[in-house]
Amino acid sequence: MRPFIQDLAAKHHFQPTRLLEMLREIQARDHHVSNEAVELLAEALRIPRTRLIDAIEFYSFFSSTPKGRYELRISDSITDKMLGKDALIDYLSEKLRVPVGGVRSDGLVSLDNTSCTGMCDQGPAGLVNGHALTRLDRARIDRIAGLIERQVPLAEWPSEFFHAEDNIRKPDLLLGQPIAQGEGLKAAYARGLNQTLAEIDASGLRGRGGAGFKTAAKWRFCAEEAESERYVVCNADEGEPGTFKDRVLLNAFADQVFEGMTLCAAIVGAKHGFLYLRGEYLHLYDKLQTILAHRREAGLLGRGILGRNFDFDIEIRLGAGAYICGEESALIESLEGKSGIPRNRPPYPVTHGYLGKPTVVNNVESFFAAAAIAVHGGAWFAAHGAEKSKGTKILSISGDCARPGIYEYPFGTPARTILDECGAEDVLGAQIGGPSGTFISNREFDRLLAFEDLATGGSFIVFDNRRNILDIARNFTHFFAHESCGFCTPCRVGTSLLRKQLDKIYDGYGSAGDVAALDEICRLVKTYSHCGLGQTAANPVLTTLARYPEAYESRLKKISYEPGFDLDAELETARRLANRSDAAAHLSQTGE
Amino acid sequence: MSKTFTLDGQPIPFSTGQTIIDAALDAGVYIPHLCHHPDYTPHGSCKLCSVIVNGRVCSACTFPAAEGQEVLSHTDELNEDRRRITQMLFVEGNHLCPGCEKSGDCKLQAVGYYLGMHDNHFVHFFSPRKLDASHPDVLLDLNRCIFCTLCVRASREKDGKDVFAISGRGINKHLIANSASGLLKDTDLEASDRAAHICPTGAILIKRTGYTTPIGARDYDHQTIAEVSLERERETHDG
Repeated sequence: MRPFIQDLAAKHHFQPTRLLEMLREIQARDHHVSNEAVELLAEALRIPRTRLIDAIEFYSFFSSTPKGRYELRISDSITDKMLGKDALIDYLSEKLRVPVGGVRSDGLVSLDNTSCTGMCDQGPAGLVNGHALTRLDRARIDRIAGLIERQVPLAEWPSEFFHAEDNIRKPDLLLGQPIAQGEGLKAAYARGLNQTLAEIDASGLRGRGGAGFKTAAKWRFCAEEAESERYVVCNADEGEPGTFKDRVLLNAFADQVFEGMTLCAAIVGAKHGFLYLRGEYLHLYDKLQTILAHRREAGLLGRGILGRNFDFDIEIRLGAGAYICGEESALIESLEGKSGIPRNRPPYPVTHGYLGKPTVVNNVESFFAAAAIAVHGGAWFAAHGAEKSKGTKILSISGDCARPGIYEYPFGTPARTILDECGAEDVLGAQIGGPSGTFISNREFDRLLAFEDLATGGSFIVFDNRRNILDIARNFTHFFAHESCGFCTPCRVGTSLLRKQLDKIYDGYGSAGDVAALDEICRLVKTYSHCGLGQTAANPVLTTLARYPEAYESRLKKISYEPGFDLDAELETARRLANRSDAAAHLSQTGE
Repeated sequence: MSKTFTLDGQPIPFSTGQTIIDAALDAGVYIPHLCHHPDYTPHGSCKLCSVIVNGRVCSACTFPAAEGQEVLSHTDELNEDRRRITQMLFVEGNHLCPGCEKSGDCKLQAVGYYLGMHDNHFVHFFSPRKLDASHPDVLLDLNRCIFCTLCVRASREKDGKDVFAISGRGINKHLIANSASGLLKDTDLEASDRAAHICPTGAILIKRTGYTTPIGARDYDHQTIAEVSLERERETHDG
């Protein structure tokens, strides 16, 4: 172990900022990070061992106890569930004789649930040792089980198991005319960097991650900071359930995304850039490294870019299974090798970001669009879209529709048009912007996709009339409770209270007062949470409760108070011990 | 000290770089808090000090004071919600005030009294939490930990050690001790360390001192937490 850890630490230049990379390698080799590894690595990096333990416990893809040599994780996203995930994981569990959440006694395989893996257009999906599995069905599971039993290395598994389709269904302004390699930078230098920033400003481009801050303003603030060192970070931690457009952009248009990052670096004066890639997209890693290498060879990265006095390079860092790291300050913490806890603001990343230096953090799609704007100009982009939302938005559409995939629409497009074009029928409603966004019912399909109406980071999930509103709200509420970082009280405790309270109603143990109690918890979590996760964690309940109060009411008992459990069932142990099962040994629930 | 903001209508002077809570404290106005202590880097996690700044909810302990700000703190609504947040802390852990030797000296309990908390309101978690009695002089009872990180900060910032850390995610967060065994006895913690005395609840206790001050003669038996806080935290702050 010692030589391995020493080599590992040396390979990463003994930099604690690269802790996640090192932990990933240990986990991949040993299928857990042992105490011994923790001690040795902490010593090599000269950091407290508690920092390692925290990271191991924080990120879903690390484990302090051994997982199987084949670590299977099945996506628990609502779209995967709609495609039959629950039955499949049970089948997998039975087939491989391993409980969900457990490790088989021979240590060969472990099985668990995981948050959305970003394959909603080709689910049910999963991960095996971090590599994405798509289109799971019984036949495929039979084959996977056979490969695992025969201990066939992953490299020899059929490649179709890992194949991810791009499914680009509707290209528009951006997807329809990708730029050539280097074209954006050349155009920017030809026009002048300041003038190019003015063009980006004129384009009206707002951040595509969902919050919608003006991209040009962010870049300008960063450029104006009185610091010599600056960073550009591309947020590819696409964790919002139902979102997968960044996966496609990075698979099909990575050159243009890197071009946008390099353009930003030229404008703000950064030398270092990071692509923070969510761990679930490990399958893209090698390909992206190759593209970076090509860009270096082409003089578009590294020293003296385009023969100018401009040095910039991009490093890819992988996440390790934590939705919160999509929040920009949590992402920066993660880049620094720590657990992803959102920072206090102010100060903002644009003044105090990575290692305390001015940092631009933008979404994949924002950089992708910025590179195109550098070529085609601001007016070209601003001619499309809505008044406060210029240009187009790339959507990941999944759920109950004939053609799930990637669609690009000008802002201002009504939800109805989108639903018609993706082949959605008999629609109950749609979740816009993922669980943190808004659920719209079938009475609201004239609403518009735009920051001024339905803002979205790109997730668009369709539900038809077979679906149950409470199943949806419950899946999302459990998701937030699982993904809360736990830093602040209202989110740490509140999301768990919300889960418990919703489950009580869902399970049929709720009475009228429980809906009021649910509403109160929602308000507290939303109002007092530290970051966007907590501030939006109650949205699934709030938006469905407002539209479908009857769905909640139908589950309620008609009495004023109902315990949150089955009184009679709780007596079962006592009855067994007393060897009784007569009527007097049973208790009926009040009001029945 | 020429600049001012208003707190519940009262002008509060502040100097550049001061947070709202620091300026309020200097002006003799108490804002409820648990994770904050003026001697340590602000943390902003407990959210008890949530105030409304120009219409937006902010943590007074991390939010910078600015000229002309209008801050609301002691409104019925905010105090009711602070009571709910305190209740969240109570149901998340296992707090048995009558049996706790910190009773009467405990900030969590005192804040509960201050905010008029008469029950726990929410459903209890009853989560199994560990107790570490390995250290000869200090007891660690995780049942009562509220993740304020004051011990973490005190150990790092004042003791120059790294005895404590908060580990894990979400509701599974827990305090850990920095030793290969994970036990407190194998850390370099000493009973004289600041970290051993800063805990606002009974999660970190000095052994064999439990009842040297009898119940009835303890800090919050005679004064509210507002009075104690203004007296002590201004003192340490000025010093």
